[in-house]
Amino acid sequence: MDNIAIVGAAQTTYERRKKDKTCYDLVFEMTKQVLEDSGLTLKDIDNVITVSNDFLDGRTISSMAVGEAAGAHDKNVSTVEGDGTFGALYGAMRVLGGFNTTLVVAHSKGSEGDVKHITNAMFDPIFQRFLGLEAITASALQASVYMDRYGIREESFAQVSVKNHGNAKNNPYAHLPMDLTIEDVMGSRKIADPLKLLDCSPVSDGAAAIIIANESYTSKAKTKPVWIKGLAHCAEAYFLGDRDLADPRSLRDAAEKAYAMAEITDPMKAFDVVELYDAFSYMEPLWLEGLGFCSPGEGCKLLDDGITTMSGTLPVNPSGGVLSAHALLVAGLARIIEAVLQLRGEAENRQVPGAKTALAHGINGPCGQSHCVWVLSSEK
Amino acid sequence: MTVNLDQVEPLTLKGQIAVPYTWWVGEVGSKFLIALRDEAKIIGNRCTKCNTTYVPPRKNCGSCFTDIYEFVELGNEGIVSAHTVVRFKYPLQPVESPFAYALIRLDGADVGLVHIIKRDLDRLKNGVRVKAQFKDPSERTGHILDIDSFQII
Repeated sequence: MDNIAIVGAAQTTYERRKKDKTCYDLVFEMTKQVLEDSGLTLKDIDNVITVSNDFLDGRTISSMAVGEAAGAHDKNVSTVEGDGTFGALYGAMRVLGGFNTTLVVAHSKGSEGDVKHITNAMFDPIFQRFLGLEAITASALQASVYMDRYGIREESFAQVSVKNHGNAKNNPYAHLPMDLTIEDVMGSRKIADPLKLLDCSPVSDGAAAIIIANESYTSKAKTKPVWIKGLAHCAEAYFLGDRDLADPRSLRDAAEKAYAMAEITDPMKAFDVVELYDAFSYMEPLWLEGLGFCSPGEGCKLLDDGITTMSGTLPVNPSGGVLSAHALLVAGLARIIEAVLQLRGEAENRQVPGAKTALAHGINGPCGQSHCVWVLSSEK
Repeated sequence: MTVNLDQVEPLTLKGQIAVPYTWWVGEVGSKFLIALRDEAKIIGNRCTKCNTTYVPPRKNCGSCFTDIYEFVELGNEGIVSAHTVVRFKYPLQPVESPFAYALIRLDGADVGLVHIIKRDLDRLKNGVRVKAQFKDPSERTGHILDIDSFQII
């Protein structure tokens, strides 16, 4: 793969309700900020990718309404309806395909619609939707299989929530920085067993943007380039019942491909920091297994052993993760941005000292039907 | 005139998108729903290449990328392979919480069917056997909820 790099990054703070901003405002602000961050101007941007969801925005072809806000007036603009990691992957493909630069911007205001209604609509309308299934209950089924398979206790998931909400205290962009104990999580309101309120991510409003450039263009940007060493995605079956929910095989496949591109054989040694899509507490250990950081069923042990805490050898979600800020679609792009800040050494209070190689991860579809894995490095 | 936007009262506007749909169920899905409606039976189908018996039945096997022709009548009983007792309420739930969702591995099937369990939630765990409770024939319309729910045996 040709050398390409992320040369600009911007994100809003994440909060429950951005009542003074429209989606257009958020996209405009992020586009302006990411240009400022990179030191590039709109003239330097060859093409634009917006990331949005029509149900969330409450309008069809929602992308067309934010094109101008994304600086795409008279430009080549296209859209990804899915997590921001997938939008960014498409952006990387465009740069690999001959463009000098691509600007990717994602937005969502979950506060304006009704997220349970919207995630219900991702299920098959004939066989599943009438059952009322949505993202939380589907994920609870996955947690149930995962716990059963390996004899995991709810307290182990609670520990993830404690860690990530605690990490969020170092992240000025996070929605829910919190000092929690395992007892707090265990005692929080039951939502869908085994998931309790503090096992679930919030619904946040927010937006984020990055600029990807080819090697010859990186010198035009003022930022330290963060090189894209490997990236891959993979999807599996749509129906929950067709899948082994405790075995994220599409994540394993995506990780293997991304690692092969980046010539990584031992991920535990290769990565200094991980930002992954923990929409629910149980997802962090499960995705760590899929990413090959441990054997199946051992994900919770990584936290028990202190490996994934800020002082461990592999800090996971120093930002507080998706548990602490979940703007739908934006959250995956935020994982990439957090990885970029780590590799630039600009992550301030949440900085992992000397981080050189980072992993960012996003998901699409119920219970991680598809996964997108990014290997990023401060070194070419 | 320059306006300080911080001083402007932020207004909202309420709206709703309600689009009616009439989805064709497809031939295979129709066969499944008609069997629920007319015979109170659960039909699956089997990919002869990988030997997976699917429920609901599909026209194609996604992993083999082949057509499926062989239909199988499945038992009305099976084993719970995943479950969650739902504690929150929202308007699209078919019954009032608490109730449970479960992935049910019906006898003769190789995949799980998602459905609901209404009663005996304190006895619900993975591995328990459940049986489909059909609605009365007069209430069945060719719908996934022609199976009213599954009941723990």
